[in-house]
Amino acid sequence: MADYLDELDHRTDAADPAYGDTEIQNYTINFGPQHPAAHGVLRLVMELEGEIVERCDPHVGLLHRGTEKLIEYKTYLQALPYFDRLDYCSPLGMEHSYVLAVEKLLNLEVPLRAQYLRVFFAELTRICNHMLNLGSHVMDVGAMTPNLWLFEIREDCLNFFERASGARMHSAYFRPGGVHQDVPLKLLTDIADWLDTRLPRLFEDAMSLVVDNRIFKQRNVDIAVVSKEDALKWGFSGPMIRGSGIPWDIRKAQPYDVYDRMDFDVPVGTNFDCYDRFMVRVEEVRQSARIMKQCLNEMPEGPIASFDRKVVPPKRGEMKRSMEALIHHFKLYTEGFHVPAGEVYVATESPKGEFGVYLVADGSNKPYRCKIRPTAFSHLQAMDFMMKGHMLADTTAVLGAMDIVFGECDR
Amino acid sequence: MAHSAPRIATIDGIADEIAALLGSMLVETVDHADELSFTVVREELANAMVTLRDMGHYQQLMEIAGVDYPDRAERFEVCYHLLSVTRNHRIRVKVSTDENMPVPTVTHIWPVAGWLEREVFDMYGVVFEGNTDLRRILTDYGFRGHPQRKDFPLTGYVELRYSEEDKRVVYEPVRLAQDFRSFDFMSPWEGAQYVLPGDEKAGQAPGAPTPAAAPPPPPSAPKGEAKGDTPKTTESKSDTGAGEPANAKAAAKSEDAPVKPEEHTDEGEGAAKPEDKA
Repeated sequence: MADYLDELDHRTDAADPAYGDTEIQNYTINFGPQHPAAHGVLRLVMELEGEIVERCDPHVGLLHRGTEKLIEYKTYLQALPYFDRLDYCSPLGMEHSYVLAVEKLLNLEVPLRAQYLRVFFAELTRICNHMLNLGSHVMDVGAMTPNLWLFEIREDCLNFFERASGARMHSAYFRPGGVHQDVPLKLLTDIADWLDTRLPRLFEDAMSLVVDNRIFKQRNVDIAVVSKEDALKWGFSGPMIRGSGIPWDIRKAQPYDVYDRMDFDVPVGTNFDCYDRFMVRVEEVRQSARIMKQCLNEMPEGPIASFDRKVVPPKRGEMKRSMEALIHHFKLYTEGFHVPAGEVYVATESPKGEFGVYLVADGSNKPYRCKIRPTAFSHLQAMDFMMKGHMLADTTAVLGAMDIVFGECDR
Repeated sequence: MAHSAPRIATIDGIADEIAALLGSMLVETVDHADELSFTVVREELANAMVTLRDMGHYQQLMEIAGVDYPDRAERFEVCYHLLSVTRNHRIRVKVSTDENMPVPTVTHIWPVAGWLEREVFDMYGVVFEGNTDLRRILTDYGFRGHPQRKDFPLTGYVELRYSEEDKRVVYEPVRLAQDFRSFDFMSPWEGAQYVLPGDEKAGQAPGAPTPAAAPPPPPSAPKGEAKGDTPKTTESKSDTGAGEPANAKAAAKSEDAPVKPEEHTDEGEGAAKPEDKA
């Protein structure tokens, strides 16, 4: 159509094709929003020269649900389940930041067993998240088998979540003041057995197929190299900043809950490429298993939630016998607790990086403002400079190594 | 410190150190919950950020958050969260602005600010001067309004659906089957912003006596002396207290026989005379 109009207006001339051939235009393509390697609803507008990516403009927000606005209309407890639905691959990592932010505003002490349980399940979440990411990264660059094996482990993790909280994914297990309910001893012993036998066997098996694989290395080594300076400038965090050689881990640097009692190593990359980011996550899985074993060894008996009855509702059994408990239960599940005015920014090391919650309270029972700092936002933004000069096929490797989930990116 | 949130190293005199670095650019320092917030002059934001990055060693910009305070003259607050990976410290830098006053961009200091500023622009309509790519980011293509403002309704203004007739997605004004229910849990004794049910009559003049009130005593038989200085006179019908014929009849009856149960069922002669309804 355009050619026809151009010829009518004498802008081009079919008889003299050289006239129209002087200008070679770059080719612009849409990657997504529906693409299996986009890990959700990501639209990348890419300008290609041949097969080389010149410019890459990610369009996000296709999964925007207005979580932050909704939270402003909910009580502090009702807002909690929204965090499960942000990064639906690592729900407890999201909850962790939120409950710590509320506790910081309330200055609420959490019993030791609850802190251990939180660290324990946060690390199980990390394993669960990395299983999905490592598997899909491998699949994006062409291998099928490891993904299926890693999904075995993920399935185990989800079963454990179900036994602890009743839900496979959206657990809503961490609560301000502790955790929702205690775990049965059998669950802990089962996880201990799993950590000793099934996890290492399946995981190391799958990794043995990948880490030294020639094709996998060809697709990942020296792809999207990010220097330390760039990683700082672009606000990287988590495995992305460690993949760039900066040993920065909030669990070590600014420990929360009982991470200061845990003994674990922080892996860092040496070549700062996609392969390093992958290997950082592989090692993190092993370190997470190590932390979980320490938790199992050291976890004390005791209460699993604070006894501050103005924040933590009493258990149902107690409610049936005590009038005061009944009143507290009613008030906390209708009105909710009031949080003193103030503002905090609490960031934790979620499996994907620094997940922060900036909470502004005005003294009422609802947050005045709850800004969620997603990990994917800064990582995905760097896509343009990471992709420049790479081939189109490297897009999937770069995306896979970023570990992006759009529930969290778009909120 | 009872809570178990991330324990950030406290550096002695850090607030004074940063205050000295910022100098006249600083407006206010707040130390709350072990977190330092520095409000700076809006026009000097970029200079303050360069100073903090180079002299204060805050290498990373982690987050830009907008907050809306509709009561203030400059209603928006833009909060920058900085992180120093070498000193292991976090601070917050704030500027305030309104719908029209632009905030200097920091994209030349941290490229990550590009999207973060776009998000604040999208959600609040804060304009960032110098940001060359200030498009909407999270909301829909062609969206109108700034959804995180406090005066933007939670439900929004439009909803979309796939129209089978038009074979495309169409936008329509939002129609809810049920009103959005906003419960107010503020204690009525502590400054509720609304009138409690039943209290709306408190300021008005007292209304008519309730139907259950006892009939006034007949004027013809005063039991005691008249109260006050003025003697009681009866010059018009309204002064009698008897009022309508029905009441007079009721009063007459109550004089000799106090209350009869069948009086209430006696509709023909009792309460429901046509002139009563007028």
